[in-house]
Amino acid sequence: MSNDWYSDFVNSGIGKSIAGSVGLPPVPRLRRYEPGQPLLSGPALLGTATANGRVAKVVRSLLTDLGVEVHEDPQAPVGGGSSSSKVAAGIVDATGLSSPADLAEIQAFLTPVMRRVGPSGRVLVIGDVPGEATAPSVRAARRSLEGLVRSAAKEARYGATVNLIHVADGAENDIESTLRFFLSSRSAFVDGQRLEVGTVPGFAGSSQGVDWDKPLAGRTAVVTGAARGIGATVAKTLRRDGATVICVDIPAAGDALARTANDVGGSALQLDITADHAPATLLDHAQRHGGLDIVVHNAGITRDKLLANQDRDRWNSVIDVNLNAQLAINDALLASEHFHRGGRIVTVSSMAGIAGNRGQTAYGASKAGVIGMVDATAPLLVEKDATINAVAPGFIETAMTAAMPVGTREAGRRLSSMTQGGLPVDVAETIAWFAQGASYAVNGQVLRVDGQNYLGA
Amino acid sequence: MPSAPSAPRRAAIVGANRIPFARSNGAYARASNQDMLTAALDGLVARFGLAGERLGEVVSGAVLKHSRDFNLTREAVLGSRLSAATPTYDLQQACGTSLQTTLQVANKIALGQIESGVASGVDTTSDAPIEVNDDLRRVLLAANRAKSTAGVLKALAGLRPGQVVPEIPANREPRTGMAMGEHAAQTAAAWGISRTAQDEVTVASHRHLAAAYDRGFFDDLMTPYLGLTKDNNLRADSTLEGLAKLKPVFRPKGYPDTEATMTAANSTPLTDGAATVLLASDEWAAERHLPVLAHFVDAETAAVDYVHGDEGLLMAPTYAVPRLLERQGLTLQDFDFYEFHEAFASTILATFAAWEDPKFCKERLGLDGPLGTFDKSKLNVAGSSLATGHPFAATGARIVPTLAKLLHEKGSGRGLISICAAGGQGVVAILEA
Repeated sequence: MSNDWYSDFVNSGIGKSIAGSVGLPPVPRLRRYEPGQPLLSGPALLGTATANGRVAKVVRSLLTDLGVEVHEDPQAPVGGGSSSSKVAAGIVDATGLSSPADLAEIQAFLTPVMRRVGPSGRVLVIGDVPGEATAPSVRAARRSLEGLVRSAAKEARYGATVNLIHVADGAENDIESTLRFFLSSRSAFVDGQRLEVGTVPGFAGSSQGVDWDKPLAGRTAVVTGAARGIGATVAKTLRRDGATVICVDIPAAGDALARTANDVGGSALQLDITADHAPATLLDHAQRHGGLDIVVHNAGITRDKLLANQDRDRWNSVIDVNLNAQLAINDALLASEHFHRGGRIVTVSSMAGIAGNRGQTAYGASKAGVIGMVDATAPLLVEKDATINAVAPGFIETAMTAAMPVGTREAGRRLSSMTQGGLPVDVAETIAWFAQGASYAVNGQVLRVDGQNYLGA
Repeated sequence: MPSAPSAPRRAAIVGANRIPFARSNGAYARASNQDMLTAALDGLVARFGLAGERLGEVVSGAVLKHSRDFNLTREAVLGSRLSAATPTYDLQQACGTSLQTTLQVANKIALGQIESGVASGVDTTSDAPIEVNDDLRRVLLAANRAKSTAGVLKALAGLRPGQVVPEIPANREPRTGMAMGEHAAQTAAAWGISRTAQDEVTVASHRHLAAAYDRGFFDDLMTPYLGLTKDNNLRADSTLEGLAKLKPVFRPKGYPDTEATMTAANSTPLTDGAATVLLASDEWAAERHLPVLAHFVDAETAAVDYVHGDEGLLMAPTYAVPRLLERQGLTLQDFDFYEFHEAFASTILATFAAWEDPKFCKERLGLDGPLGTFDKSKLNVAGSSLATGHPFAATGARIVPTLAKLLHEKGSGRGLISICAAGGQGVVAILEA
């Protein structure tokens, strides 16, 4: 049982009928990932907007390899049922648009899809990168997809998500891990978002031979702030996916940290990441495990005050932990042979860093700063075949949100397309996907995990 | 598995974990020895990524122990994240317990009998065992032996009101009936140890410990427990002036003209806590890319006749150290760090005074001249028992890693450990990096 009493109520027998009769908004139970779960729980519809589409072939090949029933006609009867039977996913290859007129094909495909997509279903629009187009009509058409997707996501019901993937020219064969993430229940709380899959100059990446049940096997990860909450869940999720995990937190949180480390069969490092020696200590400890492949900058603090009442010490402590410590560690990683080729840095930004939040000028500044850090660090990592990406959580059910005033908490939960808070595991799944070796073509991205929260959407 | 070497090798001290020490009946009032030892072990397991591993052995012990805890270490290991296939045994040598467990584990590693092991100790004075008194115990045992109801009733007829008074363990020597502090007060008087000198040792211990915390020295030696992140006996602002105001608590019997000097501050308080040390062969550590902080070189245990002889209860280290030095061909001055367990400030001062006394060194220690003095700036530089507190059996496993880390930080060097123990015993050891 969660501490979301409203969700528990409207999902109970009597609550469901009362909610239905008086028009209370439903709170869907989201399908979440479990090892061994099939990518999709039912058939998929796969459409193409133009004859020039680049990605439909790749998507079809993946789905048929996995034994998924795929239809091109959005009205096709599926699973031995009718033309209105539910589908698990609707995917449209929207690459190759030449003008906004082409958008009508997408509408024609998605309109029946929106009626048919089942609970926790997936609608995925895959388009070209707008910035790669110079012709105004082409770029306009490409950019239109974003408004379409964000709006459709607000219409989708029962935990279905609608997301947009921009595939760079030439990257169409590098999208497997991204497709798998967005189609699977690992992306349960990612809704109304866009993400770019790029090309990696000089790197012939491949998803060949990946064990998709243990995509992080053989890799060593560091998770900061791992004692409790989201960090502890990240450690467990990385472990589930096969990684060896070094769990880091401040010495005062050492007892909870030890529990996390022992739960994941990893090691505990009590370390204040703002200390001058922290990057060196981290890399030194990592050598016990043969070096580092994955660094998750999860540690963060809040020292909320209205800006009018803020003071320098509080301000600096937030900037130091949430931003400066990450910058210092990244510098050390870039310079160290112990951060392996093909490494992954994943950092945690926040909805507050994108949309802002009252009382959180310091926190918002630090989390927006994280995005700037990702932008600037991504190109520096290319020569190591490494990547850096950020996850920006929205309202996630943690001890911190449980302590919020009821009004704030309820607003945080309900004012989103999912009408509920996310779980720490939703953030962790996204981080674990960024951390995969197979996600080599995802670099410099910021992905919100917020159930399409209406704040700053 | 390498074959047993013909010559002993030196065991490596890889690292450690302890929980903060808590003054009696405070933060750990409801924690048992098994709880604390399990927590300390789990912190060690986490620090070195040993979850599910089978170690050569875990050796621990407690001074104040419930009869149900006959297999204390085994129970703690079964409750910990170590492999249940890790063997254990309990050992008890009063305050010397966990330096002795360190010695035992180190010796087995040195002989190639095991590749890794944990030496530890734990004690609670808050969750101490309370026994029924001997009279009541005899009646109950007789009733238990009776074969008929009538026999049981007959035995129980021996019950008397006075038998409800329980036996509470006390920090007293069974053969003298004197508290350890009273023994120490006699020794202090015999050696003329001043109040000021004792208070100076006390202030230094607190300041050194506080400074060690401030520089993060314990970040990889300790894991918080039950809300404590530091030893709660620590008084970082301790001053000579403040300590001078305290009233003495132990009077030296048989020294009517000598002023009492021992206070609650320059004596260790009753304390709860647990400490562990991970030892291994160099090969075991290297295979896991684990650090080697220092090596265990040698140790000596001594005992003195404080009952019939006229030696002080806590003076055994005074005898153990010269024997160890002679065996190793070293002098008292050949060390970079000195870790002397501060049972009482006066105890270590009496030891130092004895080593400077030609008569004592000749007659008692059989030396040609005094053992001499050493540079006291190298003494207990990260604080010791007066500041940390002293859970009896855990103190050795606190001191060993402290010294090992000091040596590791310095890069090379040699350190001496000395721990006095109830029963007139003492354990001393040498580490090198």
